[in-house]
Amino acid sequence: MSDTQSAKKGLGGAALFYYGEPMVWLTGSALVLCVLMILGFLAYILWMGMSTFWPRDLTEYQLKNNAVISGEVHIEESYELPEGAFGNLSTEIQKELQPIITNGNSDRIMVRTCNYDVSGTHFDWIDANLITKQSDPEWLCFMERLSKKPFIGYPQAFVIDGQVSVEGSKETWDALHKVLAEVQSRFKKRRALEKHALGDLRHEETDARMYAIEVMLESGEDSAEHKAALDAYESAKARISKDSQVILGEIDALKLENSKYQIRMQTGDGKTLEIPVAEIVRIYAPNRAGLFSKTGVYLSRWWEFLTDDPRQANSQGGIWPALFGTVVMTLLMTMFVVPFGVIAALYMREYAKKGPLLSTVRIAINNLAGVPSIVFGVFGLGFICYIVGDWVDQTFYPAHVHEALPVFKKGGILWAACTLALLTLPVVIVATEEALSAVPNSMREGSYGCGASKWQTIWRIVLPRSLPGILTGTILAMARGAGEVAPLMLVGAVKMAAELPTDPSASFMHLGFHIYDLSYHSQDSEAAKPMVFTTTLLLIVMVAVLNIIAIRLRNKLNKRFNIQTF
Amino acid sequence: MPQDTKSIVKAIANGEEVGSHIHKALDDVDPILSVENFNLHYGEKQALFNNNMVIPSMQITALIGPSGCGKSTLLRSVNRMNDLIDIVRISGDMKLNGESIYDPNVDVIELRKRMGMVFQKPNPFPMSIFENVVYPLRISGERNKARLEEVCERSLRKAAIWDEVKDRLDENALGMSGGQQQRLCIARAIASDPEVLLMDEPCSALDPIATGKIEELIHELKGSYTVLIVTHNMQQAARASDFTAFMYLGRLIEYGPTSDIFTNPHLHDTGEYVSGRFG
Ligand SMILES: Nc1ncnc2c1ncn2[C@@H]1O[C@H](COP(=O)(O)OP(=O)(O)OP(=O)(O)O)[C@@H](O)[C@H]1O
Ligand SMILES: [Mg+2]
Repeated sequence: MSDTQSAKKGLGGAALFYYGEPMVWLTGSALVLCVLMILGFLAYILWMGMSTFWPRDLTEYQLKNNAVISGEVHIEESYELPEGAFGNLSTEIQKELQPIITNGNSDRIMVRTCNYDVSGTHFDWIDANLITKQSDPEWLCFMERLSKKPFIGYPQAFVIDGQVSVEGSKETWDALHKVLAEVQSRFKKRRALEKHALGDLRHEETDARMYAIEVMLESGEDSAEHKAALDAYESAKARISKDSQVILGEIDALKLENSKYQIRMQTGDGKTLEIPVAEIVRIYAPNRAGLFSKTGVYLSRWWEFLTDDPRQANSQGGIWPALFGTVVMTLLMTMFVVPFGVIAALYMREYAKKGPLLSTVRIAINNLAGVPSIVFGVFGLGFICYIVGDWVDQTFYPAHVHEALPVFKKGGILWAACTLALLTLPVVIVATEEALSAVPNSMREGSYGCGASKWQTIWRIVLPRSLPGILTGTILAMARGAGEVAPLMLVGAVKMAAELPTDPSASFMHLGFHIYDLSYHSQDSEAAKPMVFTTTLLLIVMVAVLNIIAIRLRNKLNKRFNIQTF
Repeated sequence: MPQDTKSIVKAIANGEEVGSHIHKALDDVDPILSVENFNLHYGEKQALFNNNMVIPSMQITALIGPSGCGKSTLLRSVNRMNDLIDIVRISGDMKLNGESIYDPNVDVIELRKRMGMVFQKPNPFPMSIFENVVYPLRISGERNKARLEEVCERSLRKAAIWDEVKDRLDENALGMSGGQQQRLCIARAIASDPEVLLMDEPCSALDPIATGKIEELIHELKGSYTVLIVTHNMQQAARASDFTAFMYLGRLIEYGPTSDIFTNPHLHDTGEYVSGRFG
């Protein structure tokens, strides 16, 4: 009783702490705020990421000044008229709009007009008061092209070998779809030839040349071995150039066949443009398409996104190389970091003598987790690439050094994985240490009591029992590593890699770097926005999947190890 | 024999040297283990004072005494489990079958393999029942499946748990009840046919029925194993053991046949303790 009274007698603040109910509300609302923020972020990314591939309707606007603007409506908003608005219009129209100008407020819409190569703009703002007529024309088509920005317009005529074969929107559409599939498959074939067949020949040539140089370095410029190697190289080169000629011939034939077909398109305001059919990635007329065919377009965009190479400075097409690079790099990193982390944690927890030295090491490791990741990038570049990589090159690739062609003395997927392994090492060590210390001492004693040695105890009892915790740490490290960008920019992630990183010294593409690159380095950031969101969504899904696997695995193992029924 | 009414408690409090009262019956037993002038310090704190005792072969010996008197410490000294604690220092020696336990040349791991240990709380390993039982053989490198199976069955039978688990040897041992787990731990402790079985309050975490089963089991082990058991339960000591040692503040106070200790102790203090009037 006296306790209660003395608490009540205290100042307001003390009473508040005594009863503590407000704290429930404070802590509760803080949690709600956190959850809302996270959910809001996820919902936003999810919505933007899921919706960007959905084909939007196309609208055509006729304006008071007789201009015609057609495209996708992206933003509708009210705005404050700037000084001198409508100044470029005729005085007649300006007079008509006078009340709005004096009012000072109006509505406007942003239309994605595309047709950059005809009009020089990607987007147009239209004041709502200027619109005289609005329609959804049936045959207005949205066309995605290989090397240029999308095009919006009406199919006008189909041209074969420079001769108009059919005219009219429907006829052109039908004629196009008769040949589109085979043209696209010819294009795919051509690209495969360029990428793989020619690429392989190039590699073969380099290897032969490097071998000759190696022989020269070993046995001297004038030696018989070098002469023989040079001869071998010359004959290989001749053969390779012959093979390349054949392939180039094939490619030319495919090109020629494809260049026969052109489609003439007309924009909303009457300009026409002839577009080679080979340039068309996808064409659809959203206003006449039903839900079914829209879904088809949506899915085919996702498919392209996940499995294809990027186009047009990465702002279009797919992200398959980045996805592949991220996964391979993360797996490599995991292969490095887990054994090291677990062994280090084992030593610290099971063998090292407790004392100031161990505490210092532990603090140092925890601090490592707080070091900005770019610092690891600098270390990776300065030490791993330039010192370790240099040593590797000197030892194993003398010919490349002679030709000043670094192999490992530059960023690459292996060095990136090493750098990230260093970065995620604290995560694994801390998680493993925690898992090890959670193994009940009674189990260790039981094992020693049976006459087991220290290592037997660790190997047979401690490690299996701490596996769930180690796995959790591993997956957390993977998630951390998969999402890291800054250090990768220094040690091998590139904007565009010609080939998938199938050898350890190759540079690679990465989802996180891809997002960064698209957001800041694209000439036309609005057009790249959809890619940014879908790539972000993909990265988040990847990290979430890793985390879900971790949780399920841990729960499963925990069930195996922790049942206590008494 | 008349009771010595001089209080040991007071003597120790006064800092007097107190010797152990060892009953005559222990003079002509066949000792398997002998403790000789054994002292043990935890850092600065001395936990065992000049202990001398012999453990008779193939008999059950109980260690009793108030909490903190050093029973567990003495028991853990027998298979050198105290080596695992950095701050422990010892002097004196113990001998197993006449061979020194604390000689610097002794291989601790080999030594521990010659003894089995059962702990206060059941501590099965996170693996199958089968693997738990054959663990001591596994770590000695035994690979022969038939032999492992034979040992598993024999140990589980001796531990009176074979019938309960014979159909689920592959299941995880952590899914068993506490009493079953403790019997499993006993099976594990006897799997490699130890010369001495050390038990530290094996029933303290169990309910009366499980306790009864374990006691019965201990009784059955008599004759085939030498058992050294720590217990807080006077009835248990009285029922299950052949000899009883009463310890107090790190000293061995009185040691003799169980019937004498419980019905006719030499020391007044021992009588007080076993009848529950002190401790
Ligand atoms: N690891 C240790 N470090 C320091 N002192 C210890 C340690 N283990 C035991 N002691 C001390 O040694 C003395 C004897 O402890 P011990 O555990 O042997 O007692 P016990 O007779 O088994 O008691 P209980 O019946 O409660 O189990 C106690 O005073 C205890 O505080
Ligand atoms: Mg104890």
